Amino acid sequence: MNIEAVLFYLFAAVLLIAALRVITARNPVHAALYLVLAFFTAAAIWMLLRAEFLAIVLVLVYVGAVMVLFLFVVMMLDINLDRLREGFWSYLPLGATVGALMVIEMALVLGGRYFDTAHLPNPADPGAGYSNTKELGRILYTDYVYPFELAAVILLVAIVAAIALTLRRRKDSKRQNPAAQVAIKRADRVRLISMPSEKKEG
Amino acid sequence: MNFNMPSLLPAYPEIFLLIMVSVVLVVDLFLPQRLRYITYALSQLTLLGCALLTVDVAFLTAGRITPTFGNMFVADLMGHALKLGAYIAVATTLVYSRAYLADRGLWKGEFFALVLFALMGMMVMISANHFLTLYLGLELLSLSLYALVALNRDSALSTEAAMKYFVLGALASGLLLYGMSMIYGATATLDISQVAKAIASANPNKIVLTFGLVFLVSGMAFKLGVVPFHMWIPDVYHGAPTAMTLMIGSAPKLAAFAMAMRLLVNGLLDLAVDWQQMLVILSVLSMAVGNLAAIAQTNIKRMLAYSTISHMGFMLLGLLAGVVNGNLLNAVDAYSAAMFYVVVYVLTTLGSFGMVMLLSRAGFEAENLDDFKGLNARNPWYAFIMLLLMFSLAGVPPTVGFYAKLSVLQPLLAAEMTWLAVVAVLFSLIGAFYYLRIVKLMYFDEPTDNALIEPSMDMSVLISVNGLAVLALGVMPQSLMALCYISIKSL
Repeated sequence: MNIEAVLFYLFAAVLLIAALRVITARNPVHAALYLVLAFFTAAAIWMLLRAEFLAIVLVLVYVGAVMVLFLFVVMMLDINLDRLREGFWSYLPLGATVGALMVIEMALVLGGRYFDTAHLPNPADPGAGYSNTKELGRILYTDYVYPFELAAVILLVAIVAAIALTLRRRKDSKRQNPAAQVAIKRADRVRLISMPSEKKEG
Repeated sequence: MNFNMPSLLPAYPEIFLLIMVSVVLVVDLFLPQRLRYITYALSQLTLLGCALLTVDVAFLTAGRITPTFGNMFVADLMGHALKLGAYIAVATTLVYSRAYLADRGLWKGEFFALVLFALMGMMVMISANHFLTLYLGLELLSLSLYALVALNRDSALSTEAAMKYFVLGALASGLLLYGMSMIYGATATLDISQVAKAIASANPNKIVLTFGLVFLVSGMAFKLGVVPFHMWIPDVYHGAPTAMTLMIGSAPKLAAFAMAMRLLVNGLLDLAVDWQQMLVILSVLSMAVGNLAAIAQTNIKRMLAYSTISHMGFMLLGLLAGVVNGNLLNAVDAYSAAMFYVVVYVLTTLGSFGMVMLLSRAGFEAENLDDFKGLNARNPWYAFIMLLLMFSLAGVPPTVGFYAKLSVLQPLLAAEMTWLAVVAVLFSLIGAFYYLRIVKLMYFDEPTDNALIEPSMDMSVLISVNGLAVLALGVMPQSLMALCYISIKSL
């Protein structure tokens, strides 16, 4: 067994354990941290496949941005996992049976005969100085420019939809308007009234 | 390493639309509520511009199949025809929705932006010649529609509908993608015309292909809304504000038809024997469940939702009659009949949901069957229009619905699938019951609600044109039929 295979099995084992812990950990913060570990290990497996760009993106986007946000949310919301977990064990036998059956059926249809490594050999070594990132960028902005633009439009729709669905003009909002505050005149705030002085009685 | 700048000409309508959506979004930001009609006018102008550009592209390319963007995008006659249909459907939706939305505080700029984005998704799907663009178009369309349903955010019913739509839609997209990845695994290409070549020439793995096909058809069936992937339709149609229901139920059906044509006919025609069997099951189940469940409904939106399911099942009959024992003679007839059916269905649906909106007013939804009671006494003209629309959905001559059903049954008989035709006619007969029940309610029952029906001028004119078109096309279906025939023949 060469070093690549050893590394692959090592990472794969860590990935599986981390993924299992994500769904079994009692503490949501722990679960989120295990998910970070899973992403990291998946990035390492991408690296073994010489897909360094995907590995970097996975770490930067998922670990760096998505998971940090996720941790924030988990810490801010008081999620009672024990309540979410009610009935987990009673559903488990049925769920596990159905899941296992589906895996076995799909494995039978698509077993190693069709998708084993003999049919899908490793690509030729592109040699030193080959940049995966550059190649991806080149193809993304030339051959795949149309899907790329479409993906951008989908993100735009997501922004529009998110704002339309969540932005509320609250009536009790205490938002300040600095420009109005600075431009205020004394006359707007202080009103001088001349009142006749009252006579002292008796 | 060589890269040639793709020709942008075939995609002019899409490019124009994208620019205009951005303009609509920005302009709307600066408009106060009382000037919102400017956004509306801008949206209608956008649709007009798109229509002119589409006609222009059709002439400039002389109706030939013109691929661009590395064969990911294709402009052809079927695409042009379906796009024009989609513009008309969306424009009609906007006209019908105006008063309805204004009464419910939904007359917002985001509505127009999302509707136009949804239209863009449809156009991308209609012109897709690549699994990737097909999927992206579908997501663009679906995402806009989920947001449209949820736009009425203070209504628990709408939020629930949006949630169901979103979760089930995501599942269906997953199925579709899984199927696409299997077909990619077997043919090593995502380009639909290359997939067809790979299946015809090389000897790809049959099991993997069929496996992928099952998932592909399932994903597509969800988008069309046929049994057993129909669960979302009644809830979404019922829960969404009627304007959004109209948007979901009309133009996207054209895009779903285009998707079926591109995937099954353009890409996987050599697997026709396999997918025809799947479509037979989907079709019979849809006609059965749709027509039988519609009888039990008291809410007209739910009733029309089940009617959609049965109509999509009927449309599939056209798609599955194309190839007989590997013989393609019947194909053009069958597919153009299916296209005719779907266009007619969209036209009729526009009118029937438009009528629901016409009878609604501020604070009142005319969504129960009883709200149609005695419509003839209240307003004979609208009752007559509704009668035409219901006759067309039921397939009563001389409305166009009859001709649409007939034209689908003809290739089915030519393909010697007589039992299927008998089943289709039987279920159509059952279906006629609940359409005619509305006619009975309108003409023979006393009105329970005597509020005045006073729609705006444009809506009144358009819904009359819509209803009369159903009749006129039924008397003279040749031109529309010829258009469908030419569109399909050019594929």
